Amino acid sequence: MNLWKPAFPVALSAFTLLVLSAHVQAADTKVDYQKQLPAGPAGEATFEPPLDRDIPDNQYGEMVRLGRDLFVNTQQLRGKNVFNDQNCVNCHLDAGRAAHSAPMWAAFGMYPAYRSKNDKVNTLTERLQGCFTYSMNGIPPEAGSETLVAMETYIHWLSTGAPVNQALPGRGYQKLEKPEGGYDRNRGARLYTEQCAVCHGDDGNGQRVAGQVVFPPLWGDGAYNWGAGMHRVNTAAGFIKASMPLGKPYTLSDQDAWDLAAFINSHERPQDPRRRSQDSLDSTAETFHNHDGFYGKEVDGKRLGDHDNYGENPGVASQ
Amino acid sequence: MTKTIKAAFFALAVPVALNAGLVIAAGDSSRGQTIATQGNGAGALACSMCHGPDGKGNDAAGFPNIAGLNAQYMSKQLHDYAKGTRKNPIMQPFASALSDEDIQTVTTYYQNLGSQTTAVTHQTADPDNQGEWLAMRGDWDNVIPACNQCHGPNGMGVGKSFPALAGQHSSYLKAQLNAWRRGTRDNDPNQLMKVIAERLSDKQISVIADYYAKLPGQLAARSNEKESR
Repeated sequence: MNLWKPAFPVALSAFTLLVLSAHVQAADTKVDYQKQLPAGPAGEATFEPPLDRDIPDNQYGEMVRLGRDLFVNTQQLRGKNVFNDQNCVNCHLDAGRAAHSAPMWAAFGMYPAYRSKNDKVNTLTERLQGCFTYSMNGIPPEAGSETLVAMETYIHWLSTGAPVNQALPGRGYQKLEKPEGGYDRNRGARLYTEQCAVCHGDDGNGQRVAGQVVFPPLWGDGAYNWGAGMHRVNTAAGFIKASMPLGKPYTLSDQDAWDLAAFINSHERPQDPRRRSQDSLDSTAETFHNHDGFYGKEVDGKRLGDHDNYGENPGVASQ
Repeated sequence: MTKTIKAAFFALAVPVALNAGLVIAAGDSSRGQTIATQGNGAGALACSMCHGPDGKGNDAAGFPNIAGLNAQYMSKQLHDYAKGTRKNPIMQPFASALSDEDIQTVTTYYQNLGSQTTAVTHQTADPDNQGEWLAMRGDWDNVIPACNQCHGPNGMGVGKSFPALAGQHSSYLKAQLNAWRRGTRDNDPNQLMKVIAERLSDKQISVIADYYAKLPGQLAARSNEKESR
């Protein structure tokens, strides 16, 4: 995003030709913030993470357990690092172990990695901080904080025996080719009522008991924000195909998964935090949202993302 | 005191709104109790004959604990018995003899007897406790999510579609899981329970049923332990 700002002082300097060429250059070298890491290779996931009963009884093991417990009950960090109703385990099923549910054992060896999302090489720490910023609509824990050390230790332990710098089958979410005829959010709406509403509610708000989230919200203030990977229709379609409805993986057609993803992700959710440093919805959409998503698009007469509702996120850490 | 308030309420409410739901509702709770303890006088015998005076059922006989169960969940079950979409030779004639209004009042009565577990302090599942692990973490190698993922923390139940499991009798839970497995019960939404029951082993069914039956006692013991510390 910094690339754009230097363009303006140059523009003001009245060297028209230079300006023009600078603009052309900027367009040519425009960072692709949209490109995702390549999908994992095809084939059955064969990697087997270690079992919880084999977590060692030492300081390392204590950190593994702490990280695991944060992973399955991330709401412990509500109001500090988490400002919505999500837990890591909602999208990374079986405590980050399930294949095609972006399993942790397939992620560990892939970092550090270049990510176009922020145009730099990201460590695993930074990748996890990204999850907090977007998926948890939160404020990332600091590098080296107990929270992140614990989560990284858990992920390290889950990856025991996994190769480094090699994409494993089962990594990330299932890659689903976009249907030839595209996707249809109205058809998705009907499917949602039939297949999803029993758990996530007609209003997409999920369900809670005794103050605990059981079924996570899919849109609204409690959901992942407009910057989270899951708001992309392709990502959500892949997740839905391989993991939803719970206990019935691979029962929906590819078309169903895309239509459902389109319906779910064409609802309001907390603002993309990158909007704070952008001048307009247009520039945010243009810079960060040139992908299969509904951010900035008009749905039912309203432009999605045209608001300054950041959910519960106060914007800065409270300390 | 309560009586005085109720009487005053009636005095005010009756003349103002003869058709008010309030008046019916006031009659409801006693009507629900009457059906539960004496039957509806139209063919449905007293629920308490089998489910006990407090709705807690009977493990040896396989009669479920219905105290505190979600009213809408119970209402659906009674309608399903009446329609035959849930099959049970004892419940079918009683459910058929209940009017829609009877069903609403009697299920509300039992929901309000509420004795289901509400303690939801987070605890970590023990990998060596098979029941606890299945309840809290599932058996994903066999595509079995954790029971609590739908039935809520400590199996306390979630909304109208996912009934409470904690405190339910082991015999009843086993019978239901086996019924889903065999296909003799299939009134769950979207077959969500059926597909999972089919993947459960005999051992898992036995272990999980015992786990939930004993859970309220274990939670109480755990919280007593904490208090006495």
